[in-house]
Amino acid sequence: MTDIRDRIRNIIAEQAMLDVDQVTDDSTPADLGIDSLGLVESIFALEEEFDITIPFNANEPEKSEFDISNMGSIIAAVEKLVAAKG
Amino acid sequence: MSAKKVKEDKGKASPTPQVVRTAGGLRRVAITGMGTVNALGLDVAATLEAFREARCGITQLDFRDVDRLTIQIGGQIHDWQPETWFNRQQILLYDKFTQFTLMAAKEAVAQSGLEFQGELGLSAGVVLGTAAGGMNTWDENYRTVYEEGKNRVHPFVVPKLMNNAAASHVSMEFGLRGPSFTVATACASSNHAMGLAFQMVRSGAAQVMLTGGSEAMLCFGGVKAWEGLRVMSKDACRPFSANRNGMVQGEGAGVFVFEDYDHARARGADILAEVVGFAMSSDAQDIVMPSAQGAERAITGAMRDAGLNPHDIGYINAHGTGTAANDKTECAAVAHAFGHHADRLMISSTKSMHGHVIGGTGAIEMLACILALRDGIIAPTIGYEEPDPECALDVVPNVARDAKVDAVLSNAFAFGGLNAVIALKRV
Repeated sequence: MTDIRDRIRNIIAEQAMLDVDQVTDDSTPADLGIDSLGLVESIFALEEEFDITIPFNANEPEKSEFDISNMGSIIAAVEKLVAAKG
Repeated sequence: MSAKKVKEDKGKASPTPQVVRTAGGLRRVAITGMGTVNALGLDVAATLEAFREARCGITQLDFRDVDRLTIQIGGQIHDWQPETWFNRQQILLYDKFTQFTLMAAKEAVAQSGLEFQGELGLSAGVVLGTAAGGMNTWDENYRTVYEEGKNRVHPFVVPKLMNNAAASHVSMEFGLRGPSFTVATACASSNHAMGLAFQMVRSGAAQVMLTGGSEAMLCFGGVKAWEGLRVMSKDACRPFSANRNGMVQGEGAGVFVFEDYDHARARGADILAEVVGFAMSSDAQDIVMPSAQGAERAITGAMRDAGLNPHDIGYINAHGTGTAANDKTECAAVAHAFGHHADRLMISSTKSMHGHVIGGTGAIEMLACILALRDGIIAPTIGYEEPDPECALDVVPNVARDAKVDAVLSNAFAFGGLNAVIALKRV
């Protein structure tokens, strides 16, 4: 699963215009300077990269099945969706 | 204004410049006709009845490829039968947004009793709002050339899809030979259009303007594009409710006859309401996130233009999209603009019933303003389930209310940060 982790970190780093080393498991989207539109864009990029559908409504991010609290939770959620795809 | 006063105003809503009154004075502007088609009904009477009964027009969407959409609800007009109202040649030329507009315009003009064959036609025009124009025509023809691989499209694709098609067909239908054009400011399009029509009649540039707007974006490509932003609700439009989870799209049109007040009086017309003020502002901040300051400047600007004070306003038809961002920002803007009076006025979003009709929404919502002024009935915000401390205003939840109001505002705050607010008075 390291591969998935690195691909996600690269995508988020590109979105945040940061060096990939600055994207750690405990970074929150806000820490990385990703606003709501940036988040929607990042989720789209992840969907494209892994050919998955991420359940996420920008109106109620906290209620979403997709936990965006920090990079660790995002990576775990993407890994789960990729595994479910089989 | 003293230098000190200018300094104090910095950071707060800065005033919109006063309209310069011409030597001959400005004309008063009457509304003498109204028409609509939308998910609640195919005319004004059916729509106003739905407002009174708090009926929801949002249903399961029904069109080609809908099964490929994540969002499957909308304020769709299911019983739309163009062949009943238009001949074969007209249907070939009219995209759905033009068909909606023409139906609404015919109802409005019939009510006004105006005829434009003579001199009046030279000083009458039409200004309409639409965000996407002939979206169904784009969608169908892209499908033809990309998906089906055909190399030929119908010769009328361009005149059918262009954003000004509806305005042009209205001008042709009624012989309006004065100023006509189309305004595209996303969700504020028809408020901008009606505001400009108001200014043109007020300034004397036209004696009569047909105005309003229309949208027909409920097709596969239209809804798919909106899905991308992840701001749409999958189940309901619940403006101002704490559990709101996004907007729901609708479709339809609203058209009004704005007429020189003295002209209307002289011919004994039934005046439905008077348009008294209009203001526009730009957030100049973000392409999708709204700004309370920008909204507030348009609200206070419209009142100033109308010569109204906050305590004169009894009702506001809200932009009220049902998104997390809009509703709390709009309530903050209203609370700040009205101060203590914010607790005494009513504010409702009829998008909960007809859906967000994008470029046509302000025109359909204008009907709720006229219902309030003329019939003393406030259309409710339906789908309201849980109070939100960030939207702590009287949002007329779930049930229409009887109330006498003398002046109202209609808010529209578009993506792109373009705001347009209109003020109306009871006659």
